[in-house]
Amino acid sequence: MTPRLFAFALLAITATGLHAAEAADVSVTIKNFDYSPMELNIAAGTTVVWKNMDGEPHTIASVDGMFRSPALDQNDSYSFTFNRPGVFKYICSIHPKMKATITVK
Amino acid sequence: MTNRRDALKCLGVGAGTLFTLSGGVFSAFDMAEARIEEVGTPLFLQISDTHIGFNKDANPDVIGTLNGTIDAVNALPSPPAFALHTGDVTHLSKASEFDTANQLLSRLKVSEMHVVPGEHDVTDGPGAEFFARFGKASDNRGYYSFDAKGVHFIALVNVMNFKPNGLGALGEDQLAWLKDDLTGRSASQPVVVFAHMPLWTVYEPWGWGTGEGEQIAALLRRFGSVTVLNGHIHQIVQKVEGNILFHTARSTAYPQPAAGVGSGPGPLLVPAGQLPGMLGVTMATPDRKRHLALADSTLA
Repeated sequence: MTPRLFAFALLAITATGLHAAEAADVSVTIKNFDYSPMELNIAAGTTVVWKNMDGEPHTIASVDGMFRSPALDQNDSYSFTFNRPGVFKYICSIHPKMKATITVK
Repeated sequence: MTNRRDALKCLGVGAGTLFTLSGGVFSAFDMAEARIEEVGTPLFLQISDTHIGFNKDANPDVIGTLNGTIDAVNALPSPPAFALHTGDVTHLSKASEFDTANQLLSRLKVSEMHVVPGEHDVTDGPGAEFFARFGKASDNRGYYSFDAKGVHFIALVNVMNFKPNGLGALGEDQLAWLKDDLTGRSASQPVVVFAHMPLWTVYEPWGWGTGEGEQIAALLRRFGSVTVLNGHIHQIVQKVEGNILFHTARSTAYPQPAAGVGSGPGPLLVPAGQLPGMLGVTMATPDRKRHLALADSTLA
């Protein structure tokens, strides 16, 4: 495992750990090659759960490299907890025309 | 599923070929110095978008259609010397999918297979499953070049480090490497460039193109015979620009809609009887004029 991947694995574990402690998750649906909602405003500490409804796989890959999901097949989910404020843009690394933004306050 | 007899019939030389691009498109150029050898014998096979791991309605048996393709190629009277796989070997970049794909593709009766990644192969990022298997030829960069039978082959990677503009990208390092690789090379040497996503813009709204396409074409224009091969869009689209032939291959797994038809570039569900006619491979053969002729064949 490369250092970079290892770092990602740690991040994922951290995200999962915090997930259990948080009350309300926010959902993003992936359908027809779009993230819905495309603009999301959340409070720090919120976990976002993406679910892919398309027959085509999609990913959630932040432009700055902070988070990156594996390829989600139909009905697969991925979650990430946003602990620090900021504006986080992400794309689908399979269909990079798909873009969305999460603003954390 | 197509039976083997039908598949053989249609992959046979001259039969079932939807069209053949003769070298005539290059006739304005003096190819006398071209060093393509063994005229009339298939030089290489292009296989693409095998998508091992896909299991949706558009083709619940991608292993079966790949096996059918391999059987047909293996049964050719004069098999190709080697194969190029233009990416999306797997559907979800899973180790198990790569293992299955390698096991299946190892049955191809070719001396070697050169593989470039598709975006479905690298969802786990750089240096992961794809590169563990196919990275050796390129020192894990993914892009590299080699010569075979007098032809210069260039493998490019345009599915890593996507920018939000949605098109494929080579990146500065790879573009500089490509320039170096072509510098000083004789313009009479035939060149084959292969990558997963189209290296020219087929349809921008769906990201069917490469951001540096124009810069890549500019580096290739001085050569007398250039063949640019891609996959990604699961259908044949071609363009001739000067002495550069751009050509995309079919998938062995499932078709995709024509540009802009429907909600996006996902699997296209067609009546089962139509599926074999939309799956296939491309064969490249030096012809009597010493040009590289491409022939697309289907499993129908």
